Amino acid sequence: MSESRPRTLFDKVWDSHVVETLPDGTCILYIDRHLVHEVTSPQAFEGLRMAGRKVRRPDATIAVVDHNVPTTDRRLGIAEPESRLQVETLEHNVAEFGVPYVPLLSARQGIVHIIGPELGISLPGGTIVCGDSHTSTHGALGALAFGIGTSEVEHVLATQTLLQKPAKNMLVRVDGTLGAGCTAKDIVLAIIGRIGTAGGTGHVIEYAGAAIRALDMAGRMTVCNMTIEAGARAGMIAPDDTTFAYVRGKPYAPKDAAFAQAVAWWRTLPSDPGAVYDRTVVMDAADIAPQVTWGTSPETVVPITGAVPDPAAEPDAARRAQMQRMLDYMALSPGQRMQDVTIDAVFIGSCTNGRIEDLRAAAAIARGRHVAPGVRAMVVPGSGLVKQQAEAEGLDRILTQAGFEWREAGCSMCLGMNPDKLAPGQRCASTSNRNFEGRQGPGGRTHLLSPAMAAAAAVAGRLSDVREMAWREMA
Amino acid sequence: MMDKFTTLTAVAAPLPLANVDTDKIIPARFLKTIKRTGLGVHLFDTLRYDADGKERAEFVLNSEPYRHAEILVAFENFGCGSSREHAPWALLDFGIRCVIAPDFADIFHSNCFKNGILPVRLPHEVCAMLMDDARMGGNARLTVDLARQVVVRPNGEEIPFEIDPFRRHLLLEGLDDIGQTLQHAQNIDGYEARRATEQSWLPAITAQA
Repeated sequence: MSESRPRTLFDKVWDSHVVETLPDGTCILYIDRHLVHEVTSPQAFEGLRMAGRKVRRPDATIAVVDHNVPTTDRRLGIAEPESRLQVETLEHNVAEFGVPYVPLLSARQGIVHIIGPELGISLPGGTIVCGDSHTSTHGALGALAFGIGTSEVEHVLATQTLLQKPAKNMLVRVDGTLGAGCTAKDIVLAIIGRIGTAGGTGHVIEYAGAAIRALDMAGRMTVCNMTIEAGARAGMIAPDDTTFAYVRGKPYAPKDAAFAQAVAWWRTLPSDPGAVYDRTVVMDAADIAPQVTWGTSPETVVPITGAVPDPAAEPDAARRAQMQRMLDYMALSPGQRMQDVTIDAVFIGSCTNGRIEDLRAAAAIARGRHVAPGVRAMVVPGSGLVKQQAEAEGLDRILTQAGFEWREAGCSMCLGMNPDKLAPGQRCASTSNRNFEGRQGPGGRTHLLSPAMAAAAAVAGRLSDVREMAWREMA
Repeated sequence: MMDKFTTLTAVAAPLPLANVDTDKIIPARFLKTIKRTGLGVHLFDTLRYDADGKERAEFVLNSEPYRHAEILVAFENFGCGSSREHAPWALLDFGIRCVIAPDFADIFHSNCFKNGILPVRLPHEVCAMLMDDARMGGNARLTVDLARQVVVRPNGEEIPFEIDPFRRHLLLEGLDDIGQTLQHAQNIDGYEARRATEQSWLPAITAQA
C-alpha cells in the first residue's frame, strides 16, 4: 500500500489491523477488544464447545450482563426464569472458558457500551466488537467499533479475527455551534433525519467539524452510538486531547510511560489532509433544534417546534402506506403539533444516554420541579460507577424529590427483555435509540429525544421545548 | 454444520414493506433463548399474531400456500436495527432460505450467510415484479439458482444477480468461516507477535485491574 496516499481515520485503523488480505479482497481483520453479553453469546460458546475450541485471547475479552437484568434490588436475584437462565449460562461459560467477567453485583457492572470506555477497555485506534449493534458507541474514542452476529462472536472467540471487506468512507461534518438546550442527541437525530436509516449502509461514518470537536466524550459516544440507526457499519471521531484526557487514569488504560507511547501513536490517527471520502454530508449546528421522533423509525424525526407530517403529501404509495401505518400505531394525526402530544412514561438511560453527563442534564431540568401527575418517569444509570458518581453529586436526591424513580444499572426500558416495559398503548418520551414497534414492550409507543428534553416532558406531561424552561447547569 | 445452498425452487411470500427491522422479524422478548432453534413460531410475531396470540388472517405467512414459503420478497433496507442473529435463525426455523430485496442492512446481510440463508439484492422494480409473481401462490414458484446466479420467474424469465464470490463459495460448499480462518492461523500468530512488540503498551484484560 502506498504510504503517500492520504488516508482517513478509518483507513488507518483498518490497515493497522489487517492480518492478511485474501485473493478476493476479503481481509482477516484482527480484533483488539471483544465485549460479550448474555443475549448474543450462549450459542457462540456452545459452538466452541461442540468443536472442541478454546477462547484464543481471554485477555482481550470481557463479559458483562446487562440486557436481562432487573434494575431494582439485585440481591433478590432474577425472578424471570428465562432471563435467569441466560445470565447463569454466561456465568457458566466465562468460568469454563476463562473469560474475565464483571458480575451483576459488582459496582462496575453496567451496559456493555457504557463500561467499555469507562473502564478503559475501549481505546483509541483499536478494533472493538460485540454481539450488539450499538458497539458503534466506542467509535467516539477513535476506535473502529462495530456490532456482529453470534456466528461472528464465535469466530472472534476462536480466532480473535473477523473476515471483513473494507467499508466505504463517509464524512459527516457538523459546523458551527449548538444552541442552548441542544445536545449531541439532537445532532445525531437530525443527521439520521437527513440521511435516513439506510443512509450509511456500507460506510463507516467519520464525524467532524466544530460542533463535533466541541462535544465532550459522552456527547461523542451518543453520536457514534446511533450511527447504526443510520445504517452505517461504524461511526468514528478522531482522537484528540479531549479523548486522551478521558482515557487517562481509567482502570484498564495504559499507564505512565505506556500511556505516553500510546498517545504518540493515537496522535497519528486523525485523517490526513486531502483524504478522500466516498460521500460527504455537511450540516450547521445552528440549524439544529431539539429533535423528537414521531414514527416507528429513527429517521421519522422533526424539531420539537414541528408537527406530525401528513401521509397525503407523500407521493410514493408504499411510503405513504408505511407512514399511515406508523401514525395508526403511534395514535397520532397529521398536522398534530408535537408539543401537544401527552405522555404516560419517561425513560432516561440506555447506552445512548445513560452517562453521568446525561443524568446531570436531566437533573438540571428536574431540580425544583415535579413529574406531572399520571406520568411514570424512571432514571436508569448506565453503570454502577455512573450511579455512584451521580449519588456523590446528589443527582439522585434531586431526581427522586422531583418524582423520578432512581434505579440500578442495565439496559432497562430500552428494549423489552427485562421487567422494565411499557404497557400496550402507553406513550413514552425516551432517551434510548430505537422507536420500533414494540421495542419498549408490545404495543408501546416511543418518542426518541435527549435527556434534557425527556426531563422536560416528564415535568410538563407532554412533549415540550426544553428551551422554554429555565435551568442551571449541574456541575 | 451449515446447510449448503445450491438451487431452491419454492413458494415465495410477498412482504411489500421497506425498513423491516430486526425487532419486527423477532421481538426482543424472544431473545432469551440459549439455542438457535425454535424461534420460527415467533417470526414476525407482532405482524403475525394479535394481542391474544391469535393469527392475523391478513398477514401473508398465515395463509396457504405461504405457510410453506421458503423465499421472502421485501423492499428496501431489510433487516435494519439490531445485530441479533436470532433474526436469520427465526427465518431459517420457519423455513425461509432466501430473502430477495433491493438492499439489506449490513449486519443482517452478513448474518444470513453464516446460516445458509441467501440474501439476493435486486432493484425495487424487479422486487415489485417478483412480489406480483409471488401473489399468484403455489403454482407460481420461484427458483433461485446460486451456481448460475439467477432468479427464475414462473414464466421462465431469468433475472441475474450479483453476489460476493467468497460468500457464494462458502454457501455453495456449506463451509463455516472459522474453519476457513483457522487455515491462516500461522499468519494470525505472526501478526500477534508483531503487535505485541509494536504496541506493547496495550494492557491485557484481567479479572481485576
